[in-house]
Amino acid sequence: MPIPIKDDEIDIVIGALHSDLTTFMDAWRPIFSRFHLIIVKDPDLKEELRIPEGFNLDVYKKLDIDHVVGTSTSIIFSGYSCRYFGYLVSRKKYIVSVDDDCLPAKDNKGFLVDAVAQHITNLTTPATPFFFNTLYDPFTEGADFVRGYPFSLRSGVTCALSCGLWHNLADYDAPTQALKPEERNSRYVDAVLTVPARTLMPISGINIAFNRDAVGPALLPCLRLAGEGKFRWETMEDIWSGMCVKVICDHLGLGVKTGIPYVWRNDRGDAIASLRKEWEGVKMMEDVVPFFQSLRLPQEATTAEDCVVEVANAVNEKLGPKDPMFARAAKAMLDWVKLWKSVGVSSYSPGA
Amino acid sequence: MATVSPTPLLKDELDIVIPTIRNLDFLEMWRPFFQPYHLIIVQDGDPSKVIKVPDGFDYELYNRNDINRILGPKASCISFKDSACRCFGYMVSKKKYIYTIDDDCFVAKDPSGKDINALEQHIKNLLCPSTPFFFNTLYDPYRDGADFVRGYPFSLREGVPTAVSHGLWLNIPDYDAPTQLVKPLERNTRYVDAIMSIPKGTLFPMCGMNLAFNRELIGPAMYFGLMGDGQPIGRYDDMWAGWCTKVICDHLGLGVKTGLPYIWHSKASNPFVNLKKEYKGIYWQEELIPFFQSVTLPKDCTTVQKCYIEISKQVKAKLSKVDDYFNKLADAMVTWIDAWDELNPSVAKSAELPNGAAK
Repeated sequence: MPIPIKDDEIDIVIGALHSDLTTFMDAWRPIFSRFHLIIVKDPDLKEELRIPEGFNLDVYKKLDIDHVVGTSTSIIFSGYSCRYFGYLVSRKKYIVSVDDDCLPAKDNKGFLVDAVAQHITNLTTPATPFFFNTLYDPFTEGADFVRGYPFSLRSGVTCALSCGLWHNLADYDAPTQALKPEERNSRYVDAVLTVPARTLMPISGINIAFNRDAVGPALLPCLRLAGEGKFRWETMEDIWSGMCVKVICDHLGLGVKTGIPYVWRNDRGDAIASLRKEWEGVKMMEDVVPFFQSLRLPQEATTAEDCVVEVANAVNEKLGPKDPMFARAAKAMLDWVKLWKSVGVSSYSPGA
Repeated sequence: MATVSPTPLLKDELDIVIPTIRNLDFLEMWRPFFQPYHLIIVQDGDPSKVIKVPDGFDYELYNRNDINRILGPKASCISFKDSACRCFGYMVSKKKYIYTIDDDCFVAKDPSGKDINALEQHIKNLLCPSTPFFFNTLYDPYRDGADFVRGYPFSLREGVPTAVSHGLWLNIPDYDAPTQLVKPLERNTRYVDAIMSIPKGTLFPMCGMNLAFNRELIGPAMYFGLMGDGQPIGRYDDMWAGWCTKVICDHLGLGVKTGLPYIWHSKASNPFVNLKKEYKGIYWQEELIPFFQSVTLPKDCTTVQKCYIEISKQVKAKLSKVDDYFNKLADAMVTWIDAWDELNPSVAKSAELPNGAAK
C-alpha cells in the first residue's frame, strides 16, 4: 500500500518556455489545482506570462533568479534549465515536473491519466533494483513478486525518481525524428518498473517526479550544449542530469522507476531544423555513457551533495580534457552544490 | 522507413518441446499456430502409459525408457517426475530454435480480442537484436512505432543477438507457494504491451512455461537441473537454468528479452504441494542469488560449454557448503555438457564468439 501523502507535501514545478500558459494550465487544472505550483519563467522569454486564475502558485522570473543566484555562479538557468530554480526554492518533499508543451494523456481505457497521482504512487511504493521482477512493479494492484524472487529483496528500497513517458511526440533525438517525421507514439504500455541497479538509461526531463529530500541536489542544470535551444532536440541537460541521478541513486541504494504515467506531448518544432542547428549533442553520449558506467563513488559519500561533488570531480578529470563543455559542466555542478547548500534551505519568496 | 515484412515461419528451424505427464489435449487449441512445426514430446512419469498426440502433428516422443536408452549412465542428469525433464528435448533437437510450453498453457487474447500467436512473437523477438547495455525507456526500439530515445548512444543501436525470449502469462500468474497461499484468487489481467531487454548484469526469475531460445547460441546453458523424484527440491528447474543462462549471455554479449507474448495459464497447482517442493529453494535462493551475481567467467570461456563447466566448478567450490545437493548438481551439470556434446557432435562447440564479446 502506498504511504498516504498530503497534498501539501508536493510541489508542481513548471519551467515556462512559452508565455501563454492558458491552454496548458486549463488542461491540467483538474489534476493540478489541489497542489501548490512553482512556475519559473525562462529568463530569455520577453513576453509577460499569461496564467489563468484559480491556482495556488508562486511565479519566479529573471529578477528573482538574479536576486537569489546573482553572479555567484556559472549556472545558466535559461531554457529548459529554468525549472531547476524551482527545485532549488521548493520546500516540499516531492516534486513533479512536466514540460509546458505537455497535456494530460489518456490511458488504454480512454480515461484521463492523473500523472501526479501516478508519480506519487511510484515514489511512495518501494523500488526493487537488485533483481528483475518479470511482472514489473510488484507493488502495483493485481501484481506481485514472481516465483524465484528472493524473499530478502522483497521489501525493496525507497524510490527517489519516477520517470514518465509521452504519447504523440516521443522524446526522440533530432536525427531519429527527422528520419520518421510522421511517427507518433500511440502505444500505452501499462507498466511501471524499477530500473535495475547499475543499469543506466536516458532520463528525459519532459515528465518526471522525485523525492527532493532524498536526491534534490542530484538533479542539476549543468551541461549546456554549444547550440542549446528551446526545443528538447536542442538540449541534453536532462540526459546529463539523469545520468548523475542514476549513478548517485545506485550508490546511495535508492531506486529509479520508469513507465507510467504518460503525458501527451504537443507537436512542436522541426526536427530537421534542430538537427542542422545542434547536431553535436548526439555525439557526446559516446563518451558520456562509458564514463558513467565505470564511475564508482567512494563509500564516504553518503549524501546527495557529497555524491554530486564526487561526480563533478570525476567529470573534470576524465571528461574535461575531451571537451570544454564537460569542464564547464563540472564547475557548474560544484556551483550547484554550493547554491543548494545556501539557498536550498533558507526561505525565500518571489518579488522580494 | 521500409514496410514491415512478415515474420518468417521458420518451420524447419524450430522445434517445440513439450514436457507432459498427463495428456496433450491442449494442443488442439494451438493447432492453427503449431501444426507446421515439429514437436518433441518428453513424457515424464510412468513410461508404460501411452500419451496420445492429437492427429496431424509431426512429432517425436521420448519416455523415460528412451531417455535411459539414449543417454545410458548419463541419463542421471535428467530429472524424473518433474517438468525439468524437458531439457532432454533441447538436447536431442537438431534445430536452431526451441520453443517450450507447458501443457496447461493455452492461447490468450490480446486487448482487442484477437488470439495471440505466441510462437510468432517469440520468433520476432529472437530474430531481432537485444539492447542490454543501455536501457531504452520506450522498451524494444526495433518494434513498429517505437525507436531509440534521445540520449541513446548511436554506437549501441545495432544491439546484440538475442539468445532468449521469455514470455509471460495471463490468468494464473507464476507465483511461488507462499504468495499463492496468501493470494489464491489473484489473476494476472494486465496486458503489458512491451518487450524489453533485461540489462546486462541483472538477474531475473526465468519461467519455463512460455520460453523460446536460440539453441545454437545458448542451448547448452539450458539445463534444468536435478529436480523431482529423489531430489530435495522442485520448481527451481527453470530458475536454475535462467540464472546460468543470464550469466553466460552477459559474458558472451548475448541478449535476453522478456515481455510479450502472453499465453493463458489455466491451471493453478496446489500451493501446499508447491510449498513442499519449493521449501528448500526459498532458503537456498538467498545464497544462490549472491553467488550468481558475483560469478565472473574468465576471458578464455568463449563457448557456452566452457562457461557452463566453469560455473559448475564454482558451484562445487562455493555452494556445496550450503547443501550437498549442490555437489550432485555440479556433477550433473558436467554430465549434461558431456551428453550434449555427444548428441551434438557436428557442432561440438557452440559457435566461438569473437573475443570482443567476452566480459
